[in-house]
Amino acid sequence: MATHDEVYQGIRSGFALPRPQSTTGFWSWVTTVDHKRIGIMYFVTSIFFFLVGGIEALFIRAQLFAPNLNLISADRFNQLFTMHGTTMVFLAVMPLSAAFFNYLLPLMLGARDVAFPRLNAFSYWMYLFGGIFINLGWFVEAVPAVGWFGYANLTSTTYTPGLATDYWALGLQILGIGTLVSGFNFIVTILNMRAPGMTLMKMPVFAWTTLVTSFLIIFSFPSVTVGLLLLTFDRLFGANFFEVAANADVVLWQHLFWIFGHPEVYILILPAMGIVSEILPTFARKPLFGYSVMVFSTMLIGFMGFMVWSHHMFTVGLGPVVNSIFSLATMAIAIPTGVKIFNWISTLWGGSIRFRTPLLFALGFIFMFMIGGLSGVMHSSAPSNAQQQDTYFVVAHFHYVLIGGAIFALFAGIYYWFPKVTGRLMNETLGKLNFILMFIGFNVTFFPMHFLGLMGMPRRIYTYGPELGLTFWNQVSTVGAFILAVGVAVFLVNLAVSLRRGEIAAADPWDARTLEWMTSNPPPVYNFAEIPVVSARDEFWARKYEGVAARESAAAHENSGERGIHLPGNSYFPILMAAGITIFSLGLLYHAAVTFTGLAITVLSLFGWAFEGVGGTIVYPEGEAR
Amino acid sequence: MSHVGVERTATGVPNRKLGIWLFLASECMFFGALIATYLVYQGQSLVGPYPEDLFNIPLTTVSTFVLLMSSLAMVLAVSASQRQDMRGTRIWLGVTAGMGLIFLGFQAYEYAHFIQAGLTLSVNLFGSTFYVLTGIHGTHVLIGVVWLLSLLVHTLRPLDWSRRALDIEIAGLYWHFVDVVWIVIFTVIYLLGVGG
Amino acid sequence: MVGNMKRYRHAAVASALLSLFGAGAAHAQAPQSVFAPAGPVARTQGELLSLTLYIAIGIFVVVGSILLYTVIRFRERPGDPIPKQIQGNTTLEVIWTVIPIVILTVIAVPTVRDSFNLASPPTDDVLEVRVIGHQWWWEFEYPQLGLVTANELKIPVGKVVHLTLESNDVIHSFWVPRLAGKMDVVPNRVNSMWLVAEESGIFYGQCAEYCGTSHANMRLRVIAQPAEEFEAWVAARRSVEALAFADDLAARGKEIFESTGSCWACHTVDGTAADGRVGPDLTDFGSRTTLAAGMLPNTPENLAAWLRDPQAVKPGALMPRLNLSDADIEALTAFLHSLL
Repeated sequence: MATHDEVYQGIRSGFALPRPQSTTGFWSWVTTVDHKRIGIMYFVTSIFFFLVGGIEALFIRAQLFAPNLNLISADRFNQLFTMHGTTMVFLAVMPLSAAFFNYLLPLMLGARDVAFPRLNAFSYWMYLFGGIFINLGWFVEAVPAVGWFGYANLTSTTYTPGLATDYWALGLQILGIGTLVSGFNFIVTILNMRAPGMTLMKMPVFAWTTLVTSFLIIFSFPSVTVGLLLLTFDRLFGANFFEVAANADVVLWQHLFWIFGHPEVYILILPAMGIVSEILPTFARKPLFGYSVMVFSTMLIGFMGFMVWSHHMFTVGLGPVVNSIFSLATMAIAIPTGVKIFNWISTLWGGSIRFRTPLLFALGFIFMFMIGGLSGVMHSSAPSNAQQQDTYFVVAHFHYVLIGGAIFALFAGIYYWFPKVTGRLMNETLGKLNFILMFIGFNVTFFPMHFLGLMGMPRRIYTYGPELGLTFWNQVSTVGAFILAVGVAVFLVNLAVSLRRGEIAAADPWDARTLEWMTSNPPPVYNFAEIPVVSARDEFWARKYEGVAARESAAAHENSGERGIHLPGNSYFPILMAAGITIFSLGLLYHAAVTFTGLAITVLSLFGWAFEGVGGTIVYPEGEAR
Repeated sequence: MSHVGVERTATGVPNRKLGIWLFLASECMFFGALIATYLVYQGQSLVGPYPEDLFNIPLTTVSTFVLLMSSLAMVLAVSASQRQDMRGTRIWLGVTAGMGLIFLGFQAYEYAHFIQAGLTLSVNLFGSTFYVLTGIHGTHVLIGVVWLLSLLVHTLRPLDWSRRALDIEIAGLYWHFVDVVWIVIFTVIYLLGVGG
Repeated sequence: MVGNMKRYRHAAVASALLSLFGAGAAHAQAPQSVFAPAGPVARTQGELLSLTLYIAIGIFVVVGSILLYTVIRFRERPGDPIPKQIQGNTTLEVIWTVIPIVILTVIAVPTVRDSFNLASPPTDDVLEVRVIGHQWWWEFEYPQLGLVTANELKIPVGKVVHLTLESNDVIHSFWVPRLAGKMDVVPNRVNSMWLVAEESGIFYGQCAEYCGTSHANMRLRVIAQPAEEFEAWVAARRSVEALAFADDLAARGKEIFESTGSCWACHTVDGTAADGRVGPDLTDFGSRTTLAAGMLPNTPENLAAWLRDPQAVKPGALMPRLNLSDADIEALTAFLHSLL
């Protein structure tokens, strides 16, 4: 047996790297597996890409300020709207939601970390590298210009030669892997890592929306993964999946893309709904109205989200039967969505509403999401959709959902949980200014787009003639975009100022209701010295106001402060493996040697990862002498 | 390190086992999309070679049978690990991996034969859909083989049987899934594809 | 044109309804407005659009008011007690599930009805037109008449026009908002749609599916003429004979057009040796109002600029830069503008 063990140790040491030990400084962040640090990295990176996407949008709006302008070329414009869409969806809004999942979910569930801490780090690095990869084109003049939806056969090498479209396809693939992995991770975390006593129906609604979002991710992403894979085989190895000359059906891409693409809309909006469902009760000082209905409607939206993809294809010519079915299914989704709005209003009804910045953003969310939702219902009618499809009316619609909806809710969340993360409050005056500027700027930018669409302005046109009568509203819209940009600038200032000099937050600055506020601001690395035992839906509130006593349980003691808390060890392998996959992808575009290097790094990291094990240390909460 | 491996979960299912089930659920969508693509393009090729020119059903039936039997070996490996039968575990892991390799050998032979007969990735829609679908499945098998062999190395160190048995059970779930996917591919593409 | 102005006023009224928030709607002088239908298809679609629009505005006003009232009424006041911790109310949940279902039914019924109605066009006495999308221009073929033209589709007023849509390269979408909602033009597929122009006039349209560099410049005009005018155009087009020019300049232009490695390789002009099918048919080019797929008025100056450097006028244009001398350009311009 000893010889066997020696063989094993020999193989193991072949893959070994010393376990990273630093707990501060650069390397501690690179190797971290702490969900809170990963959450912060997601936040910083996604805000960076949000700014990049925003600057792209400003160029777009500047070019459309007047008819026949030539500020930027047609090709550049097409690159800008492609990268704007891609960046905002995949690099800004989704990962900003992921920042919230990462930082908050374990805290809300009363857990010490996510189920798979190293995979969690891996997801982040895939996001970062994928984001860089997809933007590399800017530096080598290979920027994709196929739209974020990349319809075949414009993506074939005949119509988009060069590397731009490959950067786009492979970059999305890298991002997709990271996202899928985090989808698995969060489902397991939510199902398995809840504190004792926290049944599914006692979870915060944010945990529910994250759970449904994660299921949407794991069931919808494979479809676009396949689409991108086929595209890559076409472009790099001469396959025929979207080659018209070989009798391919280019609409296949549209199905593969939208079977992913429509659930993606809910992947973007459900976390926002969860955040609003946490914030409204806190600031109205009332529990969420109709909790179980909210949970059920979230599941229903998630489920039905898979049955409506063809409403993105009403003008493809699929015939009246298909169009009618998808019209009706799309209309049906309005029902659980409407129910949510009514429940939010009822949560506020009878409350004692404190108008702090998080609440303002949450209210802004409801108003603007209503507009976006209602214009969505208008799109669901296939015959009239023929006049709206691919016009600025649609652009207005989804910006009302994604900025007025998702971004406003995410900003609400940032203001709300900033003290949790930093121990300081964000500045209230700047916060209100931030809200007002963004609210006005947003509506001035996007409301006129409804008119432009109905006046016959198609999407994705780099210019328009003066004879179309579109000039005035385009000018209004461009002015609005710059107001919106000023609003975002105020946000950044607030972030910087509050980080350094913000008012020190009390332990429970908002008189909140859920578990994450039961630990210090910021929380210790192990989150809770002792895992709380849950007996109520709003456990913290119940303990504060309803005299519910903290319960004890054997299970909570198992990994408690008294006996020492196990923390998983930091690791080099998540970033190494993500780097390996990225290098592999880069090699596909340039040289086989690079590809094999990437593959080797990936495989070696995988083995290193497996042989390294969870590892870790035992820590004792401060104040306990050991 | 005493806490490692002691895993209290709210559902009672170990994290990694729940994780692999979710992964396989996602893989269902992945292979579903690939198989759907194959079916959409079935019979749409403008030029040959066509499936009926190439498919050798008896040969592929043999390789399918080998892969099916590997699932049986996998079951025996899992069962041996749960009985803490180290020797049995090693033997059956090795047999499973070996059968996976035999299957891959058949696939390599088939590819070589098809390429010789003029079916390349680029020649028609059949070539594109066939190679990508079966190639991605084959890659899954290859990953499975490497995984099983790594577990074999792991068993050289006879520590913590409960953890080791879980490792093997998880690999087993993956292996069975890849096997089932092949049954679907074999049925839909080979058996039904040629007749229709 | 009087009719057009009236339609624009309709558009203004519709836009005014839209701009509930008091924004100026005087700017609705929009020749591509979906609220100025000039035919049955666009009208059916527009009516459905209006229905959903009014319902949406109604819901927003009602629910938005309730929300606004709620946040004002229940704002925090000093000394507020802790609000009653209400968890929910089943009756209310049922009510606000049922009400949307009822409202959606109101939209669903005409949606399905119109989907099927619009998919079955009238079949007798139709003018067939084959529309072929190219990067970045439109080809129109009249199979019944044996004619081909480009970018400006002439149709008779009041006649049902049945369009079959095909693409020569990537996906495009055919959209003339005042006549009919859009239909995609997809390679390897043949789509169809129909439209009727109930009044004469020029109807603006453009490609509505992103199709590459000059997607924005893939515009078109539908020119609806009284039947006799249309018939006259058809007769003139069919009777084109070998072209001969008294004008020296135009004659020289024809020579250049037909010379080796020149225009004829891609373009057709009936009555000459030019029979290329890569670019637009130019047989009646001189009578067209616009140039480069609806981009510019068809003036000699614009045409000269185009011939000098097509890509400078229209980014990505597939017509090569021919390095013509100024004299050649002048001659070609004269020739092309003589093609009526």
